[in-house]
Amino acid sequence: MKQASPKTIRSIDQRDIAWFVDKGVQVLMFLGGISAIIFIIGIFVFISKEGLSFVAGRFDFVEFFTSIAWRPTSATNETYGALALLVGTASITGMAMLIAIPFSLGAAIYIGEFATGKTRETLKVLVEMLAAIPSVVWGFIGLTIMNGVIIDLFNVPIGLNVLNAGVILGLMAAPIMTTIAEDALKAVPDKYREAAEAMGATKWQVIRKVVLPAAKNGLVSAVLLGIGRGFGETMAVLMASGHSINIPGSPFDSVRALTATIAAELGETAVGSDHYGALFALGIFLFLITLIINLTADVVVRGIRNK
Amino acid sequence: MTSLLILPVMLILVILVIRGGPAISWEFLTAYPIKGMTAGGVFPALAGTVFLVSLGLLFSVPLGVAAAIYLSEYAPDNIFTRIINLAIINLAGVPSIVHALFGLGAFVIFFKFGTSMLAASLTLAIMALPVVIVATKESLQAVPMAFREACWSMGASRWQTIRRIVLPNAVSGILTGVILEVSRTAGETAPIMFTGAAFFLPFLPESVYDQTMALSLHLFVVATQVPNVPEQLPYGVALLLISLVLVMNALSIGFRVRFRNQKKW
Repeated sequence: MKQASPKTIRSIDQRDIAWFVDKGVQVLMFLGGISAIIFIIGIFVFISKEGLSFVAGRFDFVEFFTSIAWRPTSATNETYGALALLVGTASITGMAMLIAIPFSLGAAIYIGEFATGKTRETLKVLVEMLAAIPSVVWGFIGLTIMNGVIIDLFNVPIGLNVLNAGVILGLMAAPIMTTIAEDALKAVPDKYREAAEAMGATKWQVIRKVVLPAAKNGLVSAVLLGIGRGFGETMAVLMASGHSINIPGSPFDSVRALTATIAAELGETAVGSDHYGALFALGIFLFLITLIINLTADVVVRGIRNK
Repeated sequence: MTSLLILPVMLILVILVIRGGPAISWEFLTAYPIKGMTAGGVFPALAGTVFLVSLGLLFSVPLGVAAAIYLSEYAPDNIFTRIINLAIINLAGVPSIVHALFGLGAFVIFFKFGTSMLAASLTLAIMALPVVIVATKESLQAVPMAFREACWSMGASRWQTIRRIVLPNAVSGILTGVILEVSRTAGETAPIMFTGAAFFLPFLPESVYDQTMALSLHLFVVATQVPNVPEQLPYGVALLLISLVLVMNALSIGFRVRFRNQKKW
């Protein structure tokens, strides 16, 4: 019997056009797949590149973190103290969390544990719609509606302050926190609930003693992501906070946030100047903070899966 | 608690409709702003937002779908894939103003696009990329494994299976993600402020290297930067922007519900 010729062997082998197309596409898809990594690195490289001359030259670590004097346009002696901006961002985010944590946790418990069928679907859709309202519209609401409400309600001279920006930011962060918290509650196996109910626990006891502790990690990461949103929010905070450099003594003081400072001043700076570099340095700082918060949230969530 | 979250927002929407409703007319949508933006319409801003969003889609959809196909169909379950997923989560968490700095440093200055629609829409595209990737990946993974196995056993290659079987079955889910992305990017302000959106332009952009107005920035400008604006004008712009975004969002949700009901498996 004749041996199969090499030609027939090659035709059985799949290296035809389809094989090469398949490999080519695989490479293309891989390039798409790693694009997120490339962009994260790219963002860091490019903002560092623009901020480098400032960080290497004029930048004073002690001044940056301990001085409240942010006077980049002073004619005689410009200073770049970011402490007040940092405190401003932190106080607004803190106020926002005071509002968003109870609201979103309550909403997540209701949607996840009590609501059923149509109500549940409708509420989820409404929460999703809330998340879609643009930042600049929130800022406008803070500037006009909330401003008047705060002045009337608390009898203060100005309504653009920590309270205003905090409430706005709380409402903005609540939908995403609700969604993540609800996912965390949903991840608790039903048999936990059934076991507790079989022991005679009421619905509320089941939630408080069984479901919430079991979902703890997911809830913590929901809060962390909310804080990350708060640090990074720009337009709403710029418009609702009052934008004046200040260490706030009460919720009715105006403050200025890191993000808002970049947004308000970048347009007026000359490319390559110290002021321009300083704003990029703020950007690097913001980028690193949000990166750390997001990574921590991921580690915390992974904690549940490994259990 | 849920109603406490939703009620104030409903109230705010009602106020926006009452105060901004009277400003909206055919002329408002089709006319140019006049008298230092204190009167007239918002046509160039509306058109600019449409340009920016569509241009952004041209970049983000192919890239995002490719990334999702890689993650769903090719990626092995190893540490490198975990890093990719982590990068996507972090990209979604990068503050919008940092995206703006990146757009300025990379596209405007380094690639020398100048402050242009091209630079602004690229910045928007990178910002929106995680939305497309996540939505597409979910709809690809919803296609049952048995579909792929049946196709492979007929001798089809991986790519033939993806193109003929997986993508057609996932296309409505991808579309949902794309509409969601449109609603997100249409409202963004900070990333376009320094990369390509202008305060006021009396004409429409002629090429991707021109600047353009945008509805979101226009709201910021008339609400904070322009003196003596009649009160209803910014409310009108806010109402228009929010309607645009919410209609897109509702469309995306509607699509998803229909798609879910139609599923045959």
